[in-house]
Amino acid sequence: MSKLHVTTTINGEPTEFLCDARETMLDVLRDRLGLTGTKEGCGSGDCGACSITVDGRLVCACLMFGAEAEGSQIGTIEGLAEGEKLHPLQKRFIELAALQCGICTPGFLVAAKALLDRNKNPTETEVRYWLAGNLCRCTGYDKIIRAVMDVAAELRGATR
Amino acid sequence: MSSQHYKWIGTRPNRPDGADKVTGRARFGADFNMPGQLVGKVLRSPHAHARIKSIDTSKAEALHGVKAVVTAKDFPEQPNQIVPAGEMQANLRDVTRNVMAREKALYDGHAVAAVAATTSEIASEALALIKVDYEVLPHVIDVDDAMKDGAPILHDHLRTDGLTPPSDKPTNIAKRLEFVKGDIAAGLAKADVVIEREYKTAAVHQGYIEPHATLASATEDGQVQVWSTTQGHFQVRGFCSRLLNIETSQIRVTATEIGGGFGGKTVVYLEPVAIRLSQKSGKPVKMVMERSEVFRASGPTSGGTLRVKIGATRDGRIVAADTTIALQSGAFPGSPVGPACMCSFACYDIDNIKVIGFDVVSNRPKVAAYRAPGAPIAAWAVESTIDLVAEALRMDPIDLRLKNAARKGTKTHYGPTFNTIGMVETLEAAKNSPHYKTPVKPGHARGVAAGFWFNVGADSSAAAHVGEDGTVTVISGNPDIGGSRASLALMAAETLGVDYDKVRPVIADTSSIGFNFVTGGSRVTFATGLAVVNAVRDMIENLKGRAAKIWEVEPDAVIWENGYAKPASSNVGKFEPLSLAQLAAQAGKTGGPINGHAQLNAQGAGPGFGVHIVDLSVDRDTGIVTVERYTAAQDVGTAIHPSYVEGQLQGGVAQGVGWALNEEYIYDAKGRLQNAGFLDYRMPVASDLPMIETVLVEVPNPSHPYGVRGVGEVPIVPPMAAIGNAIARATEVRMLDLPMSPPRLSAALDAMAPKRAAE
Repeated sequence: MSKLHVTTTINGEPTEFLCDARETMLDVLRDRLGLTGTKEGCGSGDCGACSITVDGRLVCACLMFGAEAEGSQIGTIEGLAEGEKLHPLQKRFIELAALQCGICTPGFLVAAKALLDRNKNPTETEVRYWLAGNLCRCTGYDKIIRAVMDVAAELRGATR
Repeated sequence: MSSQHYKWIGTRPNRPDGADKVTGRARFGADFNMPGQLVGKVLRSPHAHARIKSIDTSKAEALHGVKAVVTAKDFPEQPNQIVPAGEMQANLRDVTRNVMAREKALYDGHAVAAVAATTSEIASEALALIKVDYEVLPHVIDVDDAMKDGAPILHDHLRTDGLTPPSDKPTNIAKRLEFVKGDIAAGLAKADVVIEREYKTAAVHQGYIEPHATLASATEDGQVQVWSTTQGHFQVRGFCSRLLNIETSQIRVTATEIGGGFGGKTVVYLEPVAIRLSQKSGKPVKMVMERSEVFRASGPTSGGTLRVKIGATRDGRIVAADTTIALQSGAFPGSPVGPACMCSFACYDIDNIKVIGFDVVSNRPKVAAYRAPGAPIAAWAVESTIDLVAEALRMDPIDLRLKNAARKGTKTHYGPTFNTIGMVETLEAAKNSPHYKTPVKPGHARGVAAGFWFNVGADSSAAAHVGEDGTVTVISGNPDIGGSRASLALMAAETLGVDYDKVRPVIADTSSIGFNFVTGGSRVTFATGLAVVNAVRDMIENLKGRAAKIWEVEPDAVIWENGYAKPASSNVGKFEPLSLAQLAAQAGKTGGPINGHAQLNAQGAGPGFGVHIVDLSVDRDTGIVTVERYTAAQDVGTAIHPSYVEGQLQGGVAQGVGWALNEEYIYDAKGRLQNAGFLDYRMPVASDLPMIETVLVEVPNPSHPYGVRGVGEVPIVPPMAAIGNAIARATEVRMLDLPMSPPRLSAALDAMAPKRAAE
């Protein structure tokens, strides 16, 4: 089968790739572009391990075709840190031990950033429901929620 | 309390692998690739029980892009005997049949063939071209049905082990166990209150978010390299060596970062298949399970049927405890019924105990370890019954448990006598917790339950190397599943007297460090921690010898203090202390590189006890339970890195909440798994849970230099009963079967409704 040519932007970098029409964005990221920070936990949009942003919208990369990236701005975990400076969410996740095995962590970070981009002052309930699409089997979510709430407060303080 | 005189132990530094894991840089099982690799895929049985009459792979082999096909014929037959395989006990006859079905497919999802092809699409196409001629046989799913006379028999050769007299009848009951202490009849005769109930639990999956994945490369000269997401790369090596007749030294297994395991990644599924496909094709082969394969074909833990009878005197002393536990082992023998029996009443000091266990095969995937294997199942039944005793006696559930708590000197029904343990301290901590001291809110109800796990020691190896600038690398061989690099580095820094960030922990592959038993049994911080401490101590002896050489004194005239070699006394002479960096700089002149090594079989893993408190509310219309507040208290020995200890407690609770309220394997009439995905196998999400409060009770383990006890498994033991006990108080409905899911609880509430209306 002939491949589709896709032109897109990933983490700010203009990117081109060829993909099969059936190929998911997750497979494109992982297998064609070597961006393996985005994880596959289920392939059916139930676990959130493959969370990315498409034009600012939070999306499961396993539910999107690679071809749909045409002309979009894609954000992945690899684009969260700025140079050698970790994003405050990344820093706080480490400091508060908001990860154990770490497989769900990229998805949680991408999802949490998407939340804070929209809502600077989320309640605990809002954070819990926003992140309900991301499964974590290790932490019981406690430290994840605390880290996100903490960073939200920190970012509000910084912009004040 | 114990952390006060430590510099590093008990602090909460950043984990050494933190930056890798928050940036997507950390490489997990599916993140490894080799040039020219093929994609391997498995054909799985659609039948619960079927004889495999023939397999025709010719069309698949002829497909362009297919480089190898394997079936059971490609794996040598194994003896029907229990052998050590990488330190684990395994019946290799069964292991090879679980990896690839031989005579029969024994469960929906059982592997029957595998292919390696140049692309994923071609591999899938090839699977569809394999023709398997099945003779479908009657199947059995439920453990009670499997034990009945006339049940479909899975293995014609199976006889019940442990029967007197022995039986020669084919059966699904692989084993009968019995543990007796005292005289159960005499105990019951003394009881003022006797409560007896029968309980059921459903099979539940560990639910690790990362599916099984492996990459294998077999070369023409017989060497094999494997990258695998596993809790024990030495076990992968051991199993693959046995199953494929390859010497262990020819197999080098690298454990990738691991995305959760909880016991489920202590066995092999894909690795032997990938190696065989690589041998046949001459190319590296990568295999990754889909989520549905993880559910259908990798081990959940047992469901089971349990009967519990407990007798107590009016003053709250338990005088008799009797249970029978029958657990599903899946398609092959080997459920955790042994530990279930042993853990059942281990929290308590009871004179008369009788425990009988049955290990039962049925047409389900072979069970694998799951966090305190067997203990949560037993605790569900035992702790629910103890709650009924407390109700009958009108006693506070914590007071009843305090009155019967195991303590130092208590002889268990399975043999050992407890050394220093923290059951009493944990009960008292729970009783004094802010949660328990707060009155239950209107509309909420409170439940309490306790739990026990042995914790494990076993084999570990470690090495410590000083670099030329005096910083240290600590090498061990256990995959870091939840922060163990940090706890090992903390203990190394404490022992050596240097800063935490001067110690770099590394996890070596099977060819680069001595044997290490699995990351499991809550053993790594205890046993591998001990190996690390001993390796550092070995290195310190070496360092002292170097200082002695420089100072031209005897080695025992040198002491090691806070990272420096110092003269033992002023009699030795006047020498400026030598730092690690100074000693490292002169290493070439004093005897070469400075290293330390240790290997051990760690004895004296301190058992752990947990006491959980839950407040919850029940929506009587829907049967939906909302966990409103949760506290887990646990005897954790010494919390080396308290954040990761708290995390273990919180994670265990969350899994327990899922086990209690939603999770179960659901089969249709044909024995096919109906909910092999995260949408239908519903694990707790963030919006299902409140914050989980923890109370770390530190009763140091006398068998470890820093008092370490395993902490990871205990916290999954109490939640189900704590929640059931709270539901009983909220609704007056005593649930006896897990899960207490909305449909089941609402049906039970509906059944109660006429009775309530009549009252």
